[in-house]
Order: sequence, then C-alpha cells, then structure tokens
Amino acid sequence: MKPVIEVKRLNKTYGSETVVKDISFAVEENKIYGLLGRNGAGKTTIMHMLTAQLFPTSGEMKVFGENPYENNRVLSRMCFIKESQKYPDSFRVADVLAVAATLYPDWDQAYAQQLIEEFRLPLKRRMKKLSRGMLSSVGIIVGLASRAPLTIFDEPYLGLDAVARNLFYERLIEDYGEHPRTVILSTHLIDEVSNLLEHVIVIDNGSILINENADELRDKAYTAVGSAQHVSTYTAGKRVIHQESLGGMMTATIWGKGDKANRREAEGLGIQFAPVTLQQLIVHLTSDKGNGRVAD
Amino acid sequence: MGSIMDDGRPIFIQIAEKIEDDILSEGLPEESQVPSTNQFASFYQINPATAAKGVNLLVDQGILYKKRGIGMFVASGARERLVDKRKEQFYEQYIVTMIHEAKKLGITVDQLTDMVRRGDESK
Repeated sequence: MKPVIEVKRLNKTYGSETVVKDISFAVEENKIYGLLGRNGAGKTTIMHMLTAQLFPTSGEMKVFGENPYENNRVLSRMCFIKESQKYPDSFRVADVLAVAATLYPDWDQAYAQQLIEEFRLPLKRRMKKLSRGMLSSVGIIVGLASRAPLTIFDEPYLGLDAVARNLFYERLIEDYGEHPRTVILSTHLIDEVSNLLEHVIVIDNGSILINENADELRDKAYTAVGSAQHVSTYTAGKRVIHQESLGGMMTATIWGKGDKANRREAEGLGIQFAPVTLQQLIVHLTSDKGNGRVAD
Repeated sequence: MGSIMDDGRPIFIQIAEKIEDDILSEGLPEESQVPSTNQFASFYQINPATAAKGVNLLVDQGILYKKRGIGMFVASGARERLVDKRKEQFYEQYIVTMIHEAKKLGITVDQLTDMVRRGDESK
C-alpha cells in the first residue's frame, strides 16, 4: 500500500535556528495518527509544510504521491484545521460552512447540519463574535464534514469544554468507522485521545523521538514500585527513564517490556508493576529532567 | 459510551476480554451475532483497528467466527472453552498469588482452606 505521506530528511530553518531537523516518516492510509510533543517541538511547522503553507529548507515531501505545492490534486484531498485559523471579518458561521462545501469534494452537508445542532452553533453569528470554544467547534465541524481523505487537526479544541470534546471524539470515531480516512491529530490532551490513536509520532526538539504503533508503544515501558533499595537493585542494568522516591519507597519507570521473567524477579524483591500511560511516557521522555533518550 | 479500564495492557486484549466476559455471562449466547467492530469502537471510544484486532484475536482462538457478508458470531462450545481457559488463569492469577502472600504471613494451607470456607459461608 502506498503511503499517504512520505517525508524524507525534511529540514526547516529560520536564520540560524533549525526547528525541524532531518525528519523522515511515512503516514499510511486510513489510520488515525497522533502527532504529539511539547510546545515548540516543531509539530505545527511540520503540518504547515505538509499542507503546503510553508516551504521546507531542504528535504523531500510527498502527499498522495506528489509534491503538494500549488497542486490542486493534492490540496483538494486534504483538510487542515488549525488552532489559529483566521476568517474574513464579514464572515458568519454559515459563510464558513458554505465556503467549505465548495472546497471539499466529499463534503456532507447533512452531516454538517447535524453537527451544528449537536455543537449548538449559531449559524448567523459573525465569526469574530464567537467565543473561543465556538470557534473551535466550527473547525471541528469543517474537519469532520469535509470527509477529506487526509484530515489534519492541529490542537482543534482550544476553549472547548469537556462535553464538546467528548462529542468530538465520539463523532470522529463513528464517522471514521463509516468513512475510513487518514487523520492526523495533534494535541496536548494525550490522555483523552490515546485510545483513539492507531499510531503515535512524538516530536521533540525538531526530531522524531517515537514513531510507533500505539498498541506496541503501550508495551514499551512500565513502572516498578517498591522499597528504594530493592528498586535500585532491580533497575540495575535496565534503562530507567524516570525515577522518584519518597521516604523509603521508590518508583522507577523502565523502558522495556515487563515480561514474565521480569515479573518473577520483581516479585522476589517485593516490587509491584504499574502501567505507564501514553501521557506519562511522553512527559518522561520529553521533559528536561527526563534522563530518557531513546533512539530505537 | 462505555469506558475501558486502563490497566496498561494493550487495549485489543482488554476488548477481547470484555467480549469473553459477555460470552461467559451469556449476555452474548452461542450462535448469536456480536456487535461490529465499528460499534465496539464507538462504544468504548477506541480506534476501530484496535477493536478489530481484539475481535480477530477471538476469531483465531475459535471463540468467534465470521459469516461472510453478515458479521461475527459466537461459536458453539465457546463458553465451555472460555471457562476452561479462565480456570487456568484463575489458578495463575489468584491461587499462586494467594499462597505466596499466605506464606509471607505464616498462614498454613489448612488455615487457608478454613478461611476460604469462612469466606464462602459469609457470602
């Protein structure tokens, strides 16, 4: 199967500052990807390059097998919903949807209508009079109803309350199930979306830190809890990505599979295993305190 | 929406276990149709590919089978096979751990059986 996106040795520099460093990855068709990482990691820059809104400094990039720049065959098949989308001053909600209907060949007007009601959007209100959360809702509706073969959501829910976010997750999963397409979701709310993702790409300091199937990633690390002395014994020779102690107790997050042999060894030392959530894992790996640099 | 308890194991395994639980409790009787992977995905708010992986795991084990163009069904004899499998797991998960803990506390096997009886009577 041909990948939807192919990126090879992509770089972006601003003056002397390199914000995207030699990144290579592929995005396969009809999967939901999470593009995760800290602020300023380079995620948005990458998404802007993929959607032809920014030129790479060097490197190769193909979307649907072609260069996306000024290429309508490619651009008509993708929908990019960004956090800071600007609209013309005179636009009302209805105008944004009318324009979207002409931009995306697979646009579903009835579905858009349904979503407008569910997100309780006032159609006649001017975009600049909308609250932050309502603005986000407009983006989400455009993203879902576009049914674009490649849909990219960059931090789509600024100001959106928990009810509306949940509605977004529900509709996304449902509609994706009925109309499979490639989705890239970039967000800081990792815990909320971790179960929706099939594949996870973590960007840190402009480079790829993790590029892994979500299920397999889950199995990559675990936390060992026990007395400081025993945990230290247990972790010797293992790759510890995070460690904390309180009194005589210690928790250590270990990069590696907690298999049966590990379990038996730990049990003998009175150590218990606890799972690591995707969010914890990424925090450990990308925080400056974290002593975890994992290349493989 | 149902929530999936997150115990750190791969989600497709947790989904497979939820379906197994449903078969064991006869919420899903043998030869009945199981929900589609999209329905599972929506209900548990998980990726449909993950749901499919969980369902396929049970297909590989002969617990579910596919009727072409219709969907997935619970195989005949599935419940009995699951009971056997779960009994084996019960031993590993509970009995071995219980004896390990009992030894730590100096509880003898006789005392342990008494406790089990007491627990059963008080229920």
